[in-house]
Amino acid sequence: MSDYSTPLRRARGLGSAKRGVGHFISQRVSAVALLLLAPWVLWSGYRLAGGGYETAQAWLGRPTHAVLLILTLLAGLYHGQLGLRVIVEDYVEAELPRAALLILNVFVAAVVAALAIVCILGVSLTNGTV
Amino acid sequence: MADSSRPIGARPLSPHLQVWRWHVTLAASILHRAAGVAIYAGILMLAGWAYALHAGAGAFAAYTGVLASTPGLVVLFLITLALLFHLANGVRHLVWDVGFGFATKTADATAWGAFAFALVANVGLWLALAASGKL
Repeated sequence: MSDYSTPLRRARGLGSAKRGVGHFISQRVSAVALLLLAPWVLWSGYRLAGGGYETAQAWLGRPTHAVLLILTLLAGLYHGQLGLRVIVEDYVEAELPRAALLILNVFVAAVVAALAIVCILGVSLTNGTV
Repeated sequence: MADSSRPIGARPLSPHLQVWRWHVTLAASILHRAAGVAIYAGILMLAGWAYALHAGAGAFAAYTGVLASTPGLVVLFLITLALLFHLANGVRHLVWDVGFGFATKTADATAWGAFAFALVANVGLWLALAASGKL
């Protein structure tokens, strides 16, 4: 079957060719960051398990630990928020619930990120050992 | 590919979940998504840990007490399982992104590999926790 339409005509309506890859790239970049951070998180969880309040305080008093924990939470919330966005876009068809969930998704990630940073810095700066 | 006679606005649909024959790559794909949701819950719990630690000794004891209860430990076990699987399967995705591993046999083998890694590493992690008396 011959098709005389131009490439532009065939591409129209199929989505962006420019910033459309932004989500894809962001997801991969945060994935690489988390690939580096996840082993540290598992190791830290193993070390802190059953350790109690003072152990956790002293642990978070180390700047390296506070920095890595903040980075983990930021990268994790960002990556998770990107993933949850796709799930909402895939499964929620009705326009209003969809928009509401997409907004809620961003808000939850932002609020949790801000809250966690303040708490981590609070513990870190009052128990600081450089 | 794109059918030029299709009117603009009629977007392509991907085949729906229940029309696929089961195979291991399908399981890895949908469980990658499910594991991602479980890990997100884990991230919220990690943020909750930081909040409890900042709130003081009483709040921290209450929070870790819930985590150390039997239902809490079951949830944590499943979250570390999800994390280890998502990690291994995520590497699989990154390898695909640079153009390798698409042959059917390779894709099947790496899917099984991701499942095997998650199971073995998670059981190992929790056995080590139990052996060192941390549970």
